[in-house]
Amino acid sequence: MAEHKITTPVTDDMIEKLHAGDKVFVTGFLLTGRDAAHKKLIDLVKEGKELPVDIKGQFIYYVGPTPARPGKPIGSAGPTTSYRMDTYAPTLHALGLKGTIGKGERSKEVKEALKKHKAVYLAAVGGAGALISKSIEGSEVVAYPELGPEAIIRLKVRDFPCIVINDMHGGDLYEEGKKKYRIE
Amino acid sequence: MKVIKLSEVRDRIKNLVQEANFELQDDVLKVIKEMAAKEESPAGQEVFNQMLENAEIARQEKLGLCQDTGLAVFFVELGEDVKLDRDDGLGSLREAITEGTRRGYKEGYLRKSVVEDPVRRKNTGDNTPAYIHWELVPGDTFKLTFIAKGGGAENMSAIRMFAPAAGLEGIEDFVVETADKGSSNPCPPIIVGVGVGGNFEYSALLAKKALLRRPLSSPNPDPFYADMERRLLDRINKLGIGPQGMGGRITALAVHVEAYPCHIASMPAAVNIQCHSHRVMGFEL
Repeated sequence: MAEHKITTPVTDDMIEKLHAGDKVFVTGFLLTGRDAAHKKLIDLVKEGKELPVDIKGQFIYYVGPTPARPGKPIGSAGPTTSYRMDTYAPTLHALGLKGTIGKGERSKEVKEALKKHKAVYLAAVGGAGALISKSIEGSEVVAYPELGPEAIIRLKVRDFPCIVINDMHGGDLYEEGKKKYRIE
Repeated sequence: MKVIKLSEVRDRIKNLVQEANFELQDDVLKVIKEMAAKEESPAGQEVFNQMLENAEIARQEKLGLCQDTGLAVFFVELGEDVKLDRDDGLGSLREAITEGTRRGYKEGYLRKSVVEDPVRRKNTGDNTPAYIHWELVPGDTFKLTFIAKGGGAENMSAIRMFAPAAGLEGIEDFVVETADKGSSNPCPPIIVGVGVGGNFEYSALLAKKALLRRPLSSPNPDPFYADMERRLLDRINKLGIGPQGMGGRITALAVHVEAYPCHIASMPAAVNIQCHSHRVMGFEL
């Protein structure tokens, strides 16, 4: 299992080096987005309008954090289940989004989009939101504040811990892991 | 006659929803540690380690164990002989529970995860309404149990109306199939609540009630269902899904089954999936 430290914005060269099962520590900025924000972004794309955030070379982290206590950059901030964003992800990858971070299986269409647009799907550990918050140094709402926990936030992260689930080469950690340990 | 002040119910709930979201209970931690020792996959072991480290940070810093601090679900057993004192401007027991939830989620910096309409989806902003299941019981009992139920695991739950001919085997296959389909989505290692019997809505309620059993992983008192629980846990842990779906021996921490009489034509079965961040607590007055 290789380990990589990567910094956003991310280049195609960096994405090519990542393989399913590798550990990745991300430093830089992540954009958050869940169901409601994605719907708004895709509506804008359909209308041919500009997005309120630049997603080129960026990662979207599927998360709706708890509110920050006073003096803290963020509350608990683990990943939400990714499949709910499957219908939206390929469009965003086509616009230059380099990766998504969440938990749980992706659709065939998303996996194809990763290959086609040189992107990656990473997982963070679900249910470890308190621990994960330790790698978040700052947060700023950059779009849709009216959505509350579903607003788009720009997170400043340092060595944010992830594992590669789906890479651009067709690797799939969930499939490989299950196959290895399944007893029929 | 026992008198219970609604303000006391409200204030206890305000603290309860916070404590449950910050501190994994001892019985849950015990099962997690026991199962961690059986995990063979390195990725799975790493997930278990992070779960335990997370629990420690959440407890110390009063941070949500998970950012999904859940719908606030309550089971209330109210004795018929209990008199409720509507003090402090609280007009009903429902209002006391709602207000306690509202205050607890606000003061504890917990996430507001409720939309006021399932299709139009505007956040209610205070994590209410609370989801309350009432049971009227004889005597002067007042017992309340809270479960913070996250959306990811709830979404992987299922219900099926079997014909009686499907038998025990049919139900067991359905439970295993539901866990397999859920795969990495519900944050495994999962806890599986199974409701067998009743009718359509009752079986779903039984499945959720099964999740409330303490201590976690204690068997059904009926040996027939205790055997079923053991078989199901064994079969689910052969699926290979593993902690967080990354492959491993431990896909489920526990399986609890609850059963109830049902119609001669029916054999309903419901499966309520719970994530490893099992936040169940209660109190009696």
